[in-house]
Amino acid sequence: MLIGKPKALPYSLVTSKADYLNRRRFLSTVLAGGTAAAIGGRLAVPEAYAQSGRKLSGLTKSPFSTTEKMNSFEDITTYNNYYEFGTGKDEPAVYAKNFKTTPWTVSLEGEVTQPKTLDMDAIMKLAPLEERIYRHRCVEGWSIVVPWIGFSLSALLKQVVPTAKAKYISFETYFDTKQMPKWRSAGIQLPYVEGLRMDEAMHPLTLLGVGLYGQVLPNQNGAPLRLVVPWKYGFKSIKSIVKIKFVEKQPPTTWNIAISNEYGFYSNVNPKVDHPRWTQAKERRLGEVFRRDTLMFNGYDQVASLYAGMDLKKNY
Amino acid sequence: MIRRLLISKWTKVAVFLLCLAPAGLLVFRTFTARLGANPIETITHTTGDWTIWFLLITLSITPLRKLASQPDLIRFRRMMGLWAFFYACLHFLTLIVFDHFFDVQSILADVYKRPFITVGFLAFVLMIPLAITSTKGMIRRLGKKWQLLHRLVYLTAALGVVHYYWLVKSDVTLPLRYGAILAFLLACRVAFWWQSRHAASEALRKRDTARAT
Repeated sequence: MLIGKPKALPYSLVTSKADYLNRRRFLSTVLAGGTAAAIGGRLAVPEAYAQSGRKLSGLTKSPFSTTEKMNSFEDITTYNNYYEFGTGKDEPAVYAKNFKTTPWTVSLEGEVTQPKTLDMDAIMKLAPLEERIYRHRCVEGWSIVVPWIGFSLSALLKQVVPTAKAKYISFETYFDTKQMPKWRSAGIQLPYVEGLRMDEAMHPLTLLGVGLYGQVLPNQNGAPLRLVVPWKYGFKSIKSIVKIKFVEKQPPTTWNIAISNEYGFYSNVNPKVDHPRWTQAKERRLGEVFRRDTLMFNGYDQVASLYAGMDLKKNY
Repeated sequence: MIRRLLISKWTKVAVFLLCLAPAGLLVFRTFTARLGANPIETITHTTGDWTIWFLLITLSITPLRKLASQPDLIRFRRMMGLWAFFYACLHFLTLIVFDHFFDVQSILADVYKRPFITVGFLAFVLMIPLAITSTKGMIRRLGKKWQLLHRLVYLTAALGVVHYYWLVKSDVTLPLRYGAILAFLLACRVAFWWQSRHAASEALRKRDTARAT
């Protein structure tokens, strides 16, 4: 009898690391869901929204979507500005890995008749989930096309009744030095805060994002929920929101606090108003070699009426 | 032993290849699609980083020669300076080709309007005469003036650090780190200069007292 060494396992039979990790995640999600179902007596997976990779179903298509070529999932999830998790573009994907986004609540407060706190379960049920493919233009001069999932922010804002004084909305990102290992080198004041004028916040284009590419938001993209304002520079689209406050006066915004002559409150994409240190006339779409022209309002002309009569050079 | 290593022809070859490695790695990453989501930015940043590193290495040779008593290190100074120039050329070329696609007018507008590009461009331009006059013949021909001219490298390095500092949005950790290294290397020179002046005046004083007695 010939005794030979067993043949090495061909590569085609080896489970790839991604699949293997996915399988683990799948198992743990199913187990968590099963336990929850046993306790709660229902099959939904409560508080598991932020489990990364969880698929979102029943999405409707949006007329606001662009037909431009989407960037890859890899581009979108490895090239991020989320300074709490590092200032390098590839750092958030690494350092936000263990960011805990369950349980998660968002408080609606300020100039409202009755403040409210909603958990993610409740928020996910506010409106049907839409897929919206938006252009996203960063103030640094690059852009990306992302298939976001979510619904208009207005659906959330309508959960409370604003008082007559409410003119602006201010947003705040969750901040936890223990979970955000790189916050010290961020060089900006934290927690991150942003703001919109009421009409901007209520505009149907303004999206409350809860996912992308058919699944819940990856941590580095602002899990579990974020703002997406496609006609403004990316830093306006605040991530991992925990507080939404209705206010009377224009609220402070993080980058404006940091360098006020470079980052204004409005920060509408505008090829004619340069950033003091670089041009805004052109941008590099990720995946392209040469720069392309930047469009006014990032191509979302339907918002132009919001700024009728305003000097956009002054209100940069 | 160290001295033998320093003057060996093979060491020079090895160092040369080592200095070429960052560029080789960039080419490799380009053809295997490992430059990340924004490849052009990666190329720009990598070549810029290596320019500053080679400038700092160049400037560390003189202090190292003295502190480690290894005068033969001088054999590598010109090569390090030329590598800095090489990476600066790649850095500038990326801007010309990929950011502006040879549009001279838009390049000049950038140089004129953006202070961080102005200083970066100036740093690059100042390197050109140094590269040109780095040959043995030029060193001989320029004599004392050569050394004076090549002190421009201090300015180039300082402008390079400022260029980086003015570029970043908020996290200045890296440019400050480069700045600190550069400050140390320049402080070494001040210390050496002060020491030699002190030694000279000491010698003079000794001579005078010897004469007086």
